[in-house]
Amino acid sequence: MIFQKYAAPKYFYPLAGKCLPWFGTLAILTICAGLYLGLFVAPPDYQQGETVRIMFIHVPAAWMSMFIYAMMAGAAAIGLVWKIKLTDTFITASAAIGASFTLLALLTGSLWGKPMWGAWWVWDARLTSELILLFLYLGFMSLHSAIDDPRRASRAGAILLLIGVINLPVIHYSVEWWNTLHQPTSVARIDGPRIHSSILTPLLIMAVAFKLFYVSVVLIRMRSSILDNEADSRWLQEQGA
Amino acid sequence: MKPRHKKISFIALAVFGLSAVTLLILNTFSSNIVFFHSPTDISEGKAPINQTFRLGGMVKDNSVKHNKDGLKVSFTVTDTIKDINVTYKGILPDLFREGQGVVVQGKLLQTGEFKADQVLAKHDENYMPPEAKAAMEQAARTLLLPKK
Repeated sequence: MIFQKYAAPKYFYPLAGKCLPWFGTLAILTICAGLYLGLFVAPPDYQQGETVRIMFIHVPAAWMSMFIYAMMAGAAAIGLVWKIKLTDTFITASAAIGASFTLLALLTGSLWGKPMWGAWWVWDARLTSELILLFLYLGFMSLHSAIDDPRRASRAGAILLLIGVINLPVIHYSVEWWNTLHQPTSVARIDGPRIHSSILTPLLIMAVAFKLFYVSVVLIRMRSSILDNEADSRWLQEQGA
Repeated sequence: MKPRHKKISFIALAVFGLSAVTLLILNTFSSNIVFFHSPTDISEGKAPINQTFRLGGMVKDNSVKHNKDGLKVSFTVTDTIKDINVTYKGILPDLFREGQGVVVQGKLLQTGEFKADQVLAKHDENYMPPEAKAAMEQAARTLLLPKK
């Protein structure tokens, strides 16, 4: 199988190197396009005025925080079952990026909350479950680095990630299940998005841009981690030095 | 069963079991996770009396009255079924306006009046430019006119 071949660092490393410029270029282009459309072209909101523009960072960052966690948990399950070393490389490379997006979502949300709601922070179900997600990321990173044996570290980390998956539906449905100060879902609704297309377009471009950014950074981090782990291996010495 | 299949089913079962447990726990504590109570909840006696809690609903149209000294304000919070009068002294958030969602924190007085020490504006899920809002209001007016 072709996938199995690329699960070996020997083949993954050059493949990632080939893909990287494409993802990187596309990420820069979409981020520039999304930010330009969001900050300069999109109209102000009828209620929030210019403050609505925080959403173009906040919402895609919050989506990424959950998307990256889902990716990590999926890789953790695959790693536990098929014992593929590369999944651990992927998970550890993703963790810091996911944590950063979570922090970005929390901070931008806080900046929006003060003028709009009248509070930097409230303990409602949406905000609290997103904060728990940040702690899951931080908990995973500290657990993984606290165990010296790499195989035991990846096993323990994978189990923690799989337990934490429960938090993802809680974050998504928190605004429906309970009374929250956070507004209900605007985009992923059965009856269609509740955002005017002039505001929705830059939002979706930013969402794609953040995904491309994530892929680029995760490839860079995976490559450097492979260099670190495989420093003594033959294929690497033949290729590089 | 192959060992690999065993492992897959074990992981699936564990995640499923944990989700079920979490769901049950969240369901049990549901009333404590609620961020605010509605005026109907209060009239049914579900909200704590003589204790600080949050009241949520819509600011009733034409109910906001600013006191002469500037900082004191009173308004009615409604969930379209029950109304509660709220008094507050302080600065209101940007999004606070009549017909919009609001969450106020404070105490219910014996008189049935709610004395707030914090007012939070609740935003809804609709985002649009001012022109689109104006067009919608225009459309609503033309729809309403023939009925009158």
